[in-house]
Amino acid sequence: MLNLLWLIPTLPLLSSLVLMLGAGRLSKNSIVICGVGSVGLAALIALSIAAGFNADDSYRQLLWHWFSVGTLSADFALYLDGLSLVMLMVVTGIGFLIHLYAAGYMYDDPDYARFFACMNLFLAAMLILTLADNLVLLYLGWEGVGLCSYLLIGFWYQDPANGMAARKAFVITRVGDTALAIGLFLLYRELGSLDIGTLMSGASERWPDGSSTATIAALLLLGGAVGKSAQLPLQSWLPDAMAGPTPVSALIHAATMVTAGVYLIARCHELFLLSPLAMTTVAVIGLLTLLLSGCSALVQTDIKRILAYSTISQIGYMFLALGVGAWSAAIFHLVTHAFFKALLFLSAGSVILALHHKQDIGDMGGLGRRMPFVFGCFLIGSACLAALPFTSGYFSKEPILAQAWEQAPLLWFGGALGALITALYSFRLIFVVFFGELRTEPHPVQRPGLVALKMPIALSLLALLALFGGTLELPLETVLPGVEIHPPLLIEAINTLIPILGVLACYSLYRLNPELLTRLKQLPGTSALRQFWRDGWGFDRLYDRCLRQPILWLARVNRNDIADQLSQGVAVCSRFSHQLLVEVQSGQIRWYASIMACGVVLLIGLGVLI
Amino acid sequence: MSVALFYLAAAITLISALMVITRHHPVHALLYLVVAQLASALIFFLLGAPFAAALEVLVYAGAVMVMFIFVIMMLNLGAATQEQEQRWLGPSMWLGPSVLVAALLAELLLVLNNSGLAAPSYVGPKALGTALFGPYMLAVELASMLLLAALVGAYHLSRPYLQRGAVAAQPPQTNTTKHSAPPHNQPHTSTQTATTEEAPV
Amino acid sequence: MNAPMLDHALLLAGMLFCIGLIGVLVRRNLLFMLLSLEIMLNAAALAFVVAGAAWQQADGQIMFILVLSLAGAEVALGLGLVIQLQRRCGSLDLDQLNRLRG
Repeated sequence: MLNLLWLIPTLPLLSSLVLMLGAGRLSKNSIVICGVGSVGLAALIALSIAAGFNADDSYRQLLWHWFSVGTLSADFALYLDGLSLVMLMVVTGIGFLIHLYAAGYMYDDPDYARFFACMNLFLAAMLILTLADNLVLLYLGWEGVGLCSYLLIGFWYQDPANGMAARKAFVITRVGDTALAIGLFLLYRELGSLDIGTLMSGASERWPDGSSTATIAALLLLGGAVGKSAQLPLQSWLPDAMAGPTPVSALIHAATMVTAGVYLIARCHELFLLSPLAMTTVAVIGLLTLLLSGCSALVQTDIKRILAYSTISQIGYMFLALGVGAWSAAIFHLVTHAFFKALLFLSAGSVILALHHKQDIGDMGGLGRRMPFVFGCFLIGSACLAALPFTSGYFSKEPILAQAWEQAPLLWFGGALGALITALYSFRLIFVVFFGELRTEPHPVQRPGLVALKMPIALSLLALLALFGGTLELPLETVLPGVEIHPPLLIEAINTLIPILGVLACYSLYRLNPELLTRLKQLPGTSALRQFWRDGWGFDRLYDRCLRQPILWLARVNRNDIADQLSQGVAVCSRFSHQLLVEVQSGQIRWYASIMACGVVLLIGLGVLI
Repeated sequence: MSVALFYLAAAITLISALMVITRHHPVHALLYLVVAQLASALIFFLLGAPFAAALEVLVYAGAVMVMFIFVIMMLNLGAATQEQEQRWLGPSMWLGPSVLVAALLAELLLVLNNSGLAAPSYVGPKALGTALFGPYMLAVELASMLLLAALVGAYHLSRPYLQRGAVAAQPPQTNTTKHSAPPHNQPHTSTQTATTEEAPV
Repeated sequence: MNAPMLDHALLLAGMLFCIGLIGVLVRRNLLFMLLSLEIMLNAAALAFVVAGAAWQQADGQIMFILVLSLAGAEVALGLGLVIQLQRRCGSLDLDQLNRLRG
């Protein structure tokens, strides 16, 4: 079964090609069969591989030799070990469920085929990234997911705002990609190869602990990860990326693409372990991001933006885990986060559809009685997000906080505060949208026949995964260094109680005495603070002032393209000298005779002098 | 004796040449040129080249200058030209060329500063003829070709009507093959009058 | 006694040439320009004869004959051009003939 590994990225790729070429001619049914079926098939193959996979196996499948230039050679080779198997299952499984949901969600869209073509292409690129054996192939997948993210954010391109959001996402992640590329250059120059296994063993042998080269390389890789995973300082593209369709937000900006950064760091953990400075940087970035975006999520009014900031915050948790050395916990949190965040996004999608594409939570209310199934899914998802006891989120967040306590109590404190804020905003969403009085009448969308079943099926499967996914045993022991952590009982108790506290506080503020909430909102200075948080802590304004305005000014100054003027200068000079010479040819005979006489005088003069 | 004569003849040549270039009336300038050429012939004589002297007078002063006179008479250049020249030849016109030519003269003075040459001796027509029929026979033939070319060119250049595809020197009314008949075509009847037509080439 | 005569004759030829050159550069009427050109040719012919006399050979005079025939040919054609110019442009102003400018 293992030798069918190559089919996993290939099937979505082929399906994407077919859909691109046959966009106008295929019927909706065949589009669904092609688009969703290919991903389903890939998921089945992945499942069967996983069934027969031993935890300490590792398998490499060479597809073909890509290139050799000088001493650098790269192969198109797929590598499977515990870590990539976990990512593979997440990507194909969640991918399949989201594709299934999208088949129902996007049914009325005229660009049905283009949507699935882009989604399949994204999945193919993500799978290449996951299964890559060397960093060059990983970079190929990295760029591919960036491209597909751009295509899918700007899917409804007729509205220029969507195009702007797509461009913003692309440009910001590009900054990260450049850092990653420079990191690749550095690693190649120092270690002579870009094969991940060779790199990691070479790094451990050649560089002592704390060496500056390892630190720089690790920080550069971190730069790439930060861009792709929307962490500080490159996080401002993710909230705007919600301009894309909801399944896109679920798949790309919750479950898979934004976790690519986490995956990269986990893959290169040996390099990171060599540099304590890099590890600290990872942890601090994670901590700051989770706090900042948690506060921002607390004051957003667009349902998808709340979930977007929540994603940024949860990935901050994963970075925090990576930074404190809880590698398996980070990956476990990645997995559970994929489950419940996808569930949340897709449920939000159902709500948005039912309310005819209204996304402001101010327009929503009391939907709990009208849409009970969606309410149930949302509740399950929010419970996991808030890490209420015995949900999958709880099982994944606990080890992170425990390990953070071991490393540095300050990190633990930040993490716990973040957990409180998480509970607050997730249940704020629930209370505002699903409780209270009805503000907009929901009209559940009617879809023909089997199509109508797709969305509920996907949602239910995701809900089950979210609820019971905490019991999963991930085959990561041989791949990632594990830690045995036994934090003090007090810390464990606090970790468990914080989400419950958060839920209760939220309940009291939003349901029991809302007047307290209005009074709190009217305290001096809070509205300015809330506006500041809503703007994402002013990062957009900062980048606009520091980067965008200077570059635009420079472009305006250089409107005539100074570099081009240099080469234009040749033409200008030649035209000028031509004008000068034209005056010589005046057509006057006496003028010509004078010039001849001058020439004679000069020549004889030269002869006389020399 | 001959030295004094030489300097006299040289002075006459120079003064006449200066007069040629400064006169306003074309016939005056022409006559001064004839004087210059006669003086030049005298110099040739003194240099021991009598044949050259004779040719100078016969051909240059005799034939070439007469051609000039023919054209002046034919084109009736006279008083009008004199007024024109008076207008055109202000003192400022002479400045630039004078400077240029003064530089040239200075250079020539520098270059021509060589040591004494031998005294001139007599080279008669007989030696000349021997050389012409001997080593320079080809030069003679070439000169004759040159003169032939000049003959043809001169004939062609003085035709009155030079129209495309038209036969020259015929009145335009009788020639029906003319497809471009400009309205200002007048038959050229007399060759003495200076007609001012715009005949297209 | 006669020694400097050839030197001075050459000098005379040079000065005549320069005078002719001034005439060519200054005069605007084609006819006068042709006259100045004749002066220059005369000067060149004088130089040739002087050279022939210096070497006591006939070659100088032969060159003189060739220069003379050249001058004749040139005057013939030049006068033809004078006639054409007078017919076409009404005057012998050389400055009108500037269509080959640029």
